[in-house]
Amino acid sequence: MSETMTHDTHHDEHPSGIKRWLFTTNHKDIGTLYLWFSFIMFMLGGAMALVIRAELFQPGMQIVDPNFFNMMTTLHGLIMVFGAIMPAFVGLANWQVPLMIGAPDMALPRMNNWSFWILPFAATMLVAPMFMGDNFMSGQGPAFGWTFYAPLSGQYDKLAFFVFAVHLLGFSSIMGSINIIATILNMRAPGMTLMKMPMFVWTWLITAFLLIAVMPVLAGAVTMLLTDKYFGTSFFDAAGGGDPVLFQHVFWFFGHPEVYIMILPAFGIISEIIPTFARKKLFGYASMVYAVASIAFLSFIVWAHHMFTVGMPVAGELYFMYATVMIAVPTAVKVFNWATTMWRGSMTFETPMLWAVGTVFLFTIGGFTGLMLGVAPADFQYHDTYFVVAHFHYVLVSGALFGIIAGVMYWLPKWTGNMYNEGLGKLHFWLTMIGMNLTFFPMHFTGLAGMPRRYSDYPLQFAEFNQISTIGAFIFGFSQLIMLYLIIKCIKGGEKATDEVWEGSHGLEWTLPSPAPYHSFDTAPEIK
Amino acid sequence: MSFKHNNIMTKGLVLLGLWLGVVGQSVAEYNLNFPEPVNAVGREIYDLHMLVFWICVVIGIGVFTMMIYSIIKHRKSKGAVPSDFHESAKVEVVWTIVPFIILIAVAIPATSTLIKLEDTSDADLTIKVTGLQWKWKYDYGDGVSYISSLHPDHNKARQLNSGIDVTKIDNYLLEVDNELVVPINKKIRFLLTSDDVIHSFWVPKFAMKKDAIPGYVNETWTTVEKEGVYRGQCTELCGKDHAFMPIVVRAVSEGDYNAWLAKQKTAAAAAAAEAAADKVWSKEDLMARGEAVYKGKGGCFGCHGANGEGVATFPKLAGSAIATGDAAKHIDVVVNGVPGTAMAAYSGQLNDLELAAVITYERNAWGNNASIVQPADVKAAR
Ligand code: HEM
Ligand SMILES: [Cu+2]
Repeated sequence: MSETMTHDTHHDEHPSGIKRWLFTTNHKDIGTLYLWFSFIMFMLGGAMALVIRAELFQPGMQIVDPNFFNMMTTLHGLIMVFGAIMPAFVGLANWQVPLMIGAPDMALPRMNNWSFWILPFAATMLVAPMFMGDNFMSGQGPAFGWTFYAPLSGQYDKLAFFVFAVHLLGFSSIMGSINIIATILNMRAPGMTLMKMPMFVWTWLITAFLLIAVMPVLAGAVTMLLTDKYFGTSFFDAAGGGDPVLFQHVFWFFGHPEVYIMILPAFGIISEIIPTFARKKLFGYASMVYAVASIAFLSFIVWAHHMFTVGMPVAGELYFMYATVMIAVPTAVKVFNWATTMWRGSMTFETPMLWAVGTVFLFTIGGFTGLMLGVAPADFQYHDTYFVVAHFHYVLVSGALFGIIAGVMYWLPKWTGNMYNEGLGKLHFWLTMIGMNLTFFPMHFTGLAGMPRRYSDYPLQFAEFNQISTIGAFIFGFSQLIMLYLIIKCIKGGEKATDEVWEGSHGLEWTLPSPAPYHSFDTAPEIK
Repeated sequence: MSFKHNNIMTKGLVLLGLWLGVVGQSVAEYNLNFPEPVNAVGREIYDLHMLVFWICVVIGIGVFTMMIYSIIKHRKSKGAVPSDFHESAKVEVVWTIVPFIILIAVAIPATSTLIKLEDTSDADLTIKVTGLQWKWKYDYGDGVSYISSLHPDHNKARQLNSGIDVTKIDNYLLEVDNELVVPINKKIRFLLTSDDVIHSFWVPKFAMKKDAIPGYVNETWTTVEKEGVYRGQCTELCGKDHAFMPIVVRAVSEGDYNAWLAKQKTAAAAAAAEAAADKVWSKEDLMARGEAVYKGKGGCFGCHGANGEGVATFPKLAGSAIATGDAAKHIDVVVNGVPGTAMAAYSGQLNDLELAAVITYERNAWGNNASIVQPADVKAAR
C-alpha cells in the first residue's frame, strides 16, 4: 500500500501540540482522544468502586458516611457507563471503521471533533457538585443510583448539573452515531456489500441505530425531572397527579437497549479476534448478523423486566417474562458460533485472543444469570440484590470491558507500529481474570443469601463474601496500571510490527503499513 | 425437584466457596443459596430457580467442555491444521430451535407460579405498610398503627466511626424497635404505599417483594407456616439510610396474635384520647416526650444529628433560624414537610401531642431557647 504513503505528503501540515488535539478532524486523532478520555474515566470510576469496596470490607461504617457511599455507587455507575465504556467503543469505531471499510476518514469530520470535545465538559458537570460541600466528605454529588429513579432524584438539590451533564452526553452520543452510520453507509470501498462488512462494522452500525433511537428518550426522562423540580410540572410527582412508575418505564425503555449498546460492539470485536487467532473463518457469519439484529430488536420490547416488582398487572409481567427469555436464543447462537469457530482451528493465544476467549467464557456466565433473572417469579427474589450486581458485572466487565481491552490489544500494533510486550499483556490478563472473578463471583452468593444492592452497611452473615469481593476488587483495580504501563511502553517503542501484525489476520486494516499513516485509503481499495 | 434435593447443590456451592480460598472453616454457616422458604409459593419459586440453574449448568458444561477441548487440542503448537468449514444451516437451525424449546419448558411452570404469586384474593387479614425515609409504618386498622425503625442500639453502632464493635451485636442491622406481628397459617395481604420516595418491602423467607410507591397502593401476600422471627430489608434505593430500615416479622399462633392485637387496640385508644384532650402541658413534659420522639419514632436525629448538629448535607438545628424563630414556621415545616427535599410531612406519622413535643424539644435543646408549642397549636395549624 505504498501509494497511500506517497499520497500522504501534500496535506500533512497538521498543527502540532495542543492545537493538533483541539482542532483535529482526523479520525485517528479523535479515536485516540476518545480512548484516552475513556481510560481516565475508567480510572476515576474505578477509584470510586474501590471506595465502595473498602467501605464494604467489613460490617459497620468505617470510611465514609452513607450519603457519600451512595454518591460513590451513583457516580461509579454513571462514569463507567457514559464515561468509560461508551466513549471507548466510539474511540474504537473512529480508529477502525474507516480502516476496515477502506474509507479515508469519517463522513463528518468536524462534527466528529465536536462530539468528542463535548465529553470533558459533560464529565466535569457531572462530577463538579462533589466538590461543592463544606468539605470533601460532605460533597453534594448525585446519590440516587445510576438509574436516578423519581421521586428520589427529585430530592437532589443540584439536579440541574446532573440533567445538563446527561443532555451533553446525549448530544455527543447522537452525533457520534450519525457519523458512524453516515460513514458506514456511504463510504465503503467499492465491492464491499453490506454482507461483506466485517462483524465489528456490522455491530457498530446496529448499535448506532439503537443509540439514535434511545438517547432522546433518556433526554426526555431527565428533562421531565428537570421541569418537575424547577418549573412546577408533575410528570412523576404523585401529589400533583403524576406517576413515579412512568419514570421507570421511560428510563428502562432507554436503559435496556443501552445495556445492549454496551455489548454489541464487543461482540463485533470478539468476532474479529477469534477467527484471526484460530486461523479459520468466523462460523456462521450470516447468522451472527441476524442474531445481532434480532437482539437489537428484542432489546426494545423487554424493558419492564427491570420492574417486575413495581406492581404491573400479571399479564404484563407474563409478557415481559416471555420476551426477555427469548433474548437468550440469539445470545446462545452467538456463543455457539464463537465456540464452533474455535473448533478445529489452529489456535495461538496471544494477548488479544486470551481476552477474547476469556470474554466468551465469562460473558456466558452473565448470560445464564440473565436467563435466571428473566424468569419473573424468581426475579422477585433476585431483584435489587447482589445477584443482579453479579449478573451485570459479568456482562459488562467481562463482556463490554474485556471486549474493549481485547480490541485495544489487537489493534495497538497497527496504531503504534510497535508490538506490545506479550509478557506484560499476559500478566495483565491473568491478574485481571483472577481479580474480576474474585470480586464478582461471590456476589452471586451474597445476593442469593439476601443482601440488597446499594447498601452502605450490611448484616454480619454477609461479611465473608464481601471481604473476598473487596480483596478481588483491589487486585482487579491495581492490575489496570499494568495496562497503562504496557500501552505507554508500546507507544514509545518496541519490536516493530509488520503490516499484517498477526499471522492469521484478515481484512483491510492489515493491508496498511504499521503504524497506519495519518491519512489512509485516499484512494479506495477494491474488494473482490 | 423438591426442596430437599438442594443438598447436592449446596455441596457443590460449598466446594466452590472453598475453591474461592480465603473462606476457611465455617463455610457451612453461610447461605450460598436462597434461605429456606416458609410457604408453598416460596418452595415453588425455589424449585423454579433450581430448575433454571441446572439447565444453565448443563448447557454451560456442554459449551465450556467443547471450548476447553478445542483450546487444548486445536492449537497450532500441537500441529493442528485449520479446517475450513464456516457454516452449516442444519446445525444453526438446531441450536436455535433447541434453546427455544427449553425456554418453553421453563415458561410453563414459571407462568403458573407467577399467577399464584400475584393472586392476593381471599386474604384472611390485611395489613397496610407505608414506606418512609427510613422506617416502616404498619397499620392494622382500628387505630392500631405504629412505626418500626432500626433498633436504637444498632443505630448507634452503625454511625461512622461509632467505636462500637458491630460484630458483637446479635442480628446487626436486623433488629427493630417495634416488630410486625402476624399469625401463622393465614393468608396475609399487604397493601403497600409510600409517603416519600420508592421503597421495597422484602422478607426473603416469605418469597415476597413488592415496591412501596407514593401515589400507588400495591398488593402482595404471604402465609407463614412456622412460628418465629423473620427478617428482611428495604430493597429499593431510598436515599441516605436505605440500608437502615429493616423489617422484622414475628409470626405467632392465632391466639397470641388476637391477644396482641386486642392489647394494641386498647393502647391506641388511650394514646389518641391523651393527644386529643385539650390539655396544656408543662415544658418539662414536652421536652421529655419530645426527646423520645426525636431519637425514636420520629427518627429526626437521622438527618439532623443526635445533638442537632446536622448530618452530611442535611441542615443543622442547633441555633438554626427556623428552630429559634417563629413557632408557626417551625410547625409548618414539621407538619407539612418541605416538598422536593428529604424533609417529610410528619402529619400522618405523629399525633398532635407528639408533634408539639418534638417541636418544643427542637426549640429548646442544644442551647436553643425559643417558645414552647402545645398540641392545640399543632391542631390549629393542620
Ligand atoms: C441473556 C441475555 C440477558 C437477559 C435475559 C438479561 C436479563 C436481565 C434482567 C431480567 C435484569 C433485571 C434484574 C433485576 O433488576 O431484577 C437484568 C439486569 C441487568 N442487565 Fe441483563 N440480561 C441479559 C443480558 C445482559 C447484557 C448483555 C447486558 C449488558 C451488557 C446486561 C446488563 C444488565 C444490567 C446493567 C442490569 C442491571 C441494571 C440495574 O438495575 O442497574 N444484561 N438483566
Ligand atoms: Cu434489561
